[in-house]
Amino acid sequence: MAYDKFTVLRSSAVPMPIENVDTDQIIPARFLKATERKGFGDNLFRDWRYENDNTPKKDFVLNNPIYSGKILVAGKNFGSGSSREHAAWAIYDYGFRCVVSSFFADIFKNNSLNIGILPVQVSAVFLDKIFTAIEADPKAELEVNLPEQTITIAATGESEKFDINSYKKHNLQNGYDDIDYLQAMKSEIETFAAKSMY
Amino acid sequence: MSQIPTTVFDKVWDSHVVRKIEDGPDVFFIDRHFIHEVTSPVAFLGLESRGLKVMFPEKTFATADHNTPTINQHLPVQDPLSANQLKALETNSSKYGISHWGLGNPKNGIVHVVGPENGITLPGMTIVCGDSHTSTHGAFGAIAFGIGTSEVEMVLSSQCIMQPKPKKMRINVNGKLGKGVTPKDVVLYIIAKLTAAGATGYFVEYAGDVFEQMSMEGRMTVCNMSIEMGARGGIIAPDETTFAYIKGREKAPKGEAWDKALAYWKTLKTDAGATFDQEHTFDAADIEPMITYGTNPGMGLGITQHIPSAASGSGKASYEKSLNYMGFHEEESMLGKKVDYVFIGSCTNGRIEDFRAFASIVKGRKKADHVTAWIVPGSHIVEQQIKEEGILDILTDAGFQLRQPGCSACLAMNDDKIPAGKYAVSTSNRNFEGRQGPGARTLLASPLVAAAAAVTGVVTDPRVLMAD
Repeated sequence: MAYDKFTVLRSSAVPMPIENVDTDQIIPARFLKATERKGFGDNLFRDWRYENDNTPKKDFVLNNPIYSGKILVAGKNFGSGSSREHAAWAIYDYGFRCVVSSFFADIFKNNSLNIGILPVQVSAVFLDKIFTAIEADPKAELEVNLPEQTITIAATGESEKFDINSYKKHNLQNGYDDIDYLQAMKSEIETFAAKSMY
Repeated sequence: MSQIPTTVFDKVWDSHVVRKIEDGPDVFFIDRHFIHEVTSPVAFLGLESRGLKVMFPEKTFATADHNTPTINQHLPVQDPLSANQLKALETNSSKYGISHWGLGNPKNGIVHVVGPENGITLPGMTIVCGDSHTSTHGAFGAIAFGIGTSEVEMVLSSQCIMQPKPKKMRINVNGKLGKGVTPKDVVLYIIAKLTAAGATGYFVEYAGDVFEQMSMEGRMTVCNMSIEMGARGGIIAPDETTFAYIKGREKAPKGEAWDKALAYWKTLKTDAGATFDQEHTFDAADIEPMITYGTNPGMGLGITQHIPSAASGSGKASYEKSLNYMGFHEEESMLGKKVDYVFIGSCTNGRIEDFRAFASIVKGRKKADHVTAWIVPGSHIVEQQIKEEGILDILTDAGFQLRQPGCSACLAMNDDKIPAGKYAVSTSNRNFEGRQGPGARTLLASPLVAAAAAVTGVVTDPRVLMAD
């Protein structure tokens, strides 16, 4: 599925200073019954966001109108647990293009990169600075610069570099995906497969 | 010239790299691909929209498990969305020539139970599935891990995925396990020591006396939960126990092919002197029956211990949120806490040994009146064994009923949901908030601890119910 190219994103951010946010919280299993990829954003953080009778929980950050933006900032070990790509789809469908944390679970990180969400891993110290900046001003903007691999707190100018391999970076900047790449090397894969004992 | 010592993980990984991309992932060839109804439909839609075919349909196996009822499987599935997903798996499998063990098929069951029991899972293979507990198959000396739906589409269309090679960790457990201490306790102990994120970025090799002496069922339980400490997967070098388990299974190699495969499998060892990025060593004698008290699998302790106090610092709020969800307090004892539900099953503990263990405790006892117990075999083959070995009679005499195979209350996608606020001792793998139903409170434990809870109605040390 095609996604929007990612270069520089400047946006306010939604803070979620909770650790170990697992993919069952991002989207509970009972909302995985669709056979198409649409509408998952409605159920993003379903059980933290809504009461059982579907009224919004006032104290949950997505229901607080002072916070908005295309960047989600979360505590360490974000996206642990189930491999469900639906979690990344829900985040994308809701409108986020970037998730910032001090630590991501591996499968969630891969899934995000595959659908055009940029996971930005920052130091614990810088993550605290971001939370502090948003606490001081809920509209505080962050600038995520993929070509430069930097994330900057606009108000203070504080900045940190982040890692991404050059292959994935190139894909995100151009909206390419791995399936295109693999299709282009089919004959090489055929040759490899012919030697496989399984 | 002597060769550089390598690990079993390196041997399998390096032999499956089709192309190395500089400053990028490896193009990684997949020998076996399992699919189920929940994470595959969008991948098939993707194939269609790009006009792609399945490159090697004989390397992919479909089974329905996540979303299936565990009673009345002969009737049409009631929930229209679930029925639609099951139908999509059947239609897609048929359209692309993929083997499909749907609901009602005698081979049907949880993907990570049926793969090994039918000899589809073999040492030295690379195995993926759109399910994080694919790590289970590492018990056979395979590299096995969970993938997302985009990657399912990659495997279907090109039999490859793009993966950076993880770092390597070895976890040694030496000595002899005590009474009532099972493979589930070993892995819950390791996760409690390393935390729920302690192995993120790593592939784990399990080594030492305890794993060498462990059955294949036990090794699968351990490798299954590797993901719960963040590891991509776990692997145990294949040995005579592995080969004996595989031999004669339906899809295992036979005759000359067996001899050839066996000769190769015997080379899949970690060489002396091979290095790891991280290594941990534990003593089996330090492990007691385990139980979790919080909302991630790293929040576990020995069943006789007390819930720890929150450490100060950044994690304090998350810790308090977790205990609040569970309705527990710092410094409380776990023993004696009331239990409403007991679930035995799942890809973690849904194999025959698990039901034997459960039956060993409930034999001659009765289910506690207030406990609802869901006993769910991992597959029809396991269900059959339960009946043939007389375990069903023991369960029935004690007031338990056997359900039909599926993932069931492990993720509560079907009707097997623990009600809000209720406590469930569960042999599954995740105690996340709402995992077993909105508001459900999960205590992860072994089949022995689950059985002890089922007959006493409270958290109970199974050792007090076991003969010496």
